[in-house]
Amino acid sequence: MQRFSAWSLLKQAFGSHGGWQPQWRRATPKPAYDAIVVGGGGHGLGTAYYLAAEHGLRNIALLEKSWIGGGNTGRNTTILRSNYLFDESARLYDHSLKMWRDLSQVLNYNVMYSPRGVLMLAHSVHDVQVLKRHIHANRCNGVDNEWLSPAEAKAFCPPLNIERNIRYPVMGGALQRRGGTARHDAVAWGYARAADALGVDIIENCEVTGIRRDAGGAIQGVETSLGYIASRKVGVVAAGNSSVVMGMAGVRLPLESFPLQALVSEPVKPVMPCVVMSNSIHAYVSQSDKGELVIGAGTDAYTSYTQRGALHVNMHTLAAICELFPAFRRMRMLRNWGGIVDVSPDRSPIIAKTAVPGLYVNCGWGTGGFKATPGSAHLFAWTMAHDEPHPINAPFTIERFREGLLIDEAAAAAVAH
Amino acid sequence: MLLIHCPYCGDRPELEFSYGGQAHIARPSKPESVTADQWVEFLYLRSNPRGVHAERWRHVRGCARYFNALRDTRTDRFIATYKAGEAPPQQSGSTP
Ligand SMILES: Cc1cc2nc3c(=O)[nH]c(=O)nc-3n(C[C@H](O)[C@H](O)[C@H](O)COP(=O)(O)OP(=O)(O)OC[C@H]3O[C@@H](n4cnc5c(N)ncnc54)[C@H](O)[C@@H]3O)c2cc1C
Ligand SMILES: [Zn+2]
Repeated sequence: MQRFSAWSLLKQAFGSHGGWQPQWRRATPKPAYDAIVVGGGGHGLGTAYYLAAEHGLRNIALLEKSWIGGGNTGRNTTILRSNYLFDESARLYDHSLKMWRDLSQVLNYNVMYSPRGVLMLAHSVHDVQVLKRHIHANRCNGVDNEWLSPAEAKAFCPPLNIERNIRYPVMGGALQRRGGTARHDAVAWGYARAADALGVDIIENCEVTGIRRDAGGAIQGVETSLGYIASRKVGVVAAGNSSVVMGMAGVRLPLESFPLQALVSEPVKPVMPCVVMSNSIHAYVSQSDKGELVIGAGTDAYTSYTQRGALHVNMHTLAAICELFPAFRRMRMLRNWGGIVDVSPDRSPIIAKTAVPGLYVNCGWGTGGFKATPGSAHLFAWTMAHDEPHPINAPFTIERFREGLLIDEAAAAAVAH
Repeated sequence: MLLIHCPYCGDRPELEFSYGGQAHIARPSKPESVTADQWVEFLYLRSNPRGVHAERWRHVRGCARYFNALRDTRTDRFIATYKAGEAPPQQSGSTP
């Protein structure tokens, strides 16, 4: 791997940047691997990297049906935060948020982690109570989160409209200063490059079409569009397609796949200093380093695998944005798109071994898993390597739905992202 | 936006409807004798197919009635809609 540094940039500049090598090899599948990761999003690529970097596995394949990072990883609005209500979630998401801090150094790849603060708005007495409850619960768990009055919110985010004469006036907000954004593609590419350097075969355009099990039921390998590949350890990290891939091994999941849309504006000079989210009126906005406003909507109503949704869902979000940020009314939107998110009944993920020996699954991240990419990958690699969950992800099983041990972030906040 | 055929009112825009999830899931008639696995099945497991899905819709801003639909989740194309209580119509081959 060519390391990036000021010195290497300078050296390449003298050669007109003709000396850069591809960031990862174009691998072709070997007949067998010690471990296979299905799905080349950030969570899958990270899993392959930590399997190699922390657990000493070398003979690893990552199979991606199209191009890496082309799923939800490359389609999301990149909001990072860890101020979830329950102890289990706080531990999981904060583990991840802490990993973002030095991820660029670890991977020698700039993932552009920017802790610019995530401000969640309250518009009703109920919102105020819910957010304050979160703040107190977070503080008990050592997770920073603080209450801002409308005037303090305005001081933190000047374009915000705190007038009382709008349909849903701002009654305050919860601010997590360590929250922020990161560059989605860089996360996928950084993990891919670092995993490749440790010998992981990253195989794009390779769709898993079947999962083979032996007479005892254990995993033998996977059928793919590039032929059969044997492995006794298979980890599935397929986001919106988790039900489909796990169905190939006869495992049913408590998931439904919904379209989730986002859009960006034309680029402008810096105007939004932080991330603002409003769960009640469904608007999320931040500004990318390129200058585009990055805006996220709610999910469409129905299950789908089309990676697109309806325009009225975006219009609903834009109406809210225009009230909260009157200055944005005249901005033009450039692009919109959708991803397919795997939503679990309690809006918490599953990071677990399954009843099938050798088969592991990491799914159910729904509308909010980008923030968890490093932590999720780190814990899933641990789970695959040890054949048992790490204490942090131990509560995030499939069996919790049978045992009634839900981690009900859905009921707690009804939030997305 | 989807154009949805209400079996009572005809073609109407998606905005008039609410989605009701997977169809033909019957609540256990004797809840006291249902096992934990059967509750999981009823409450949480969903078919979530990449393909034809039988699902409930409600024409909430029209006749307000529930009905069922077959829709292909790969294209969002409706194959048929039918009244609650009716069996799903037979499909001739799969049309993606
Ligand atoms: C519009 C939108 C906005 C979002 N905003 C946020 C946000 O602000 N903050 C946040 O934290 N989260 C957000 N999310 C959620 C977040 O994007 C996801 O939870 C996260 O990126 C999931 O990562 P992943 O690596 O598991 O999935 P993906 O990146 O989707 O990777 C899964 C991969 O599996 C591959 N795959 C599927 N089936 C097969 C097969 N049979 N064989 C081989 N490969 C297969 C897919 O092609 C895909 O590349 C958002 C999502 C969307 C769609
Ligand atoms: Zn009707």
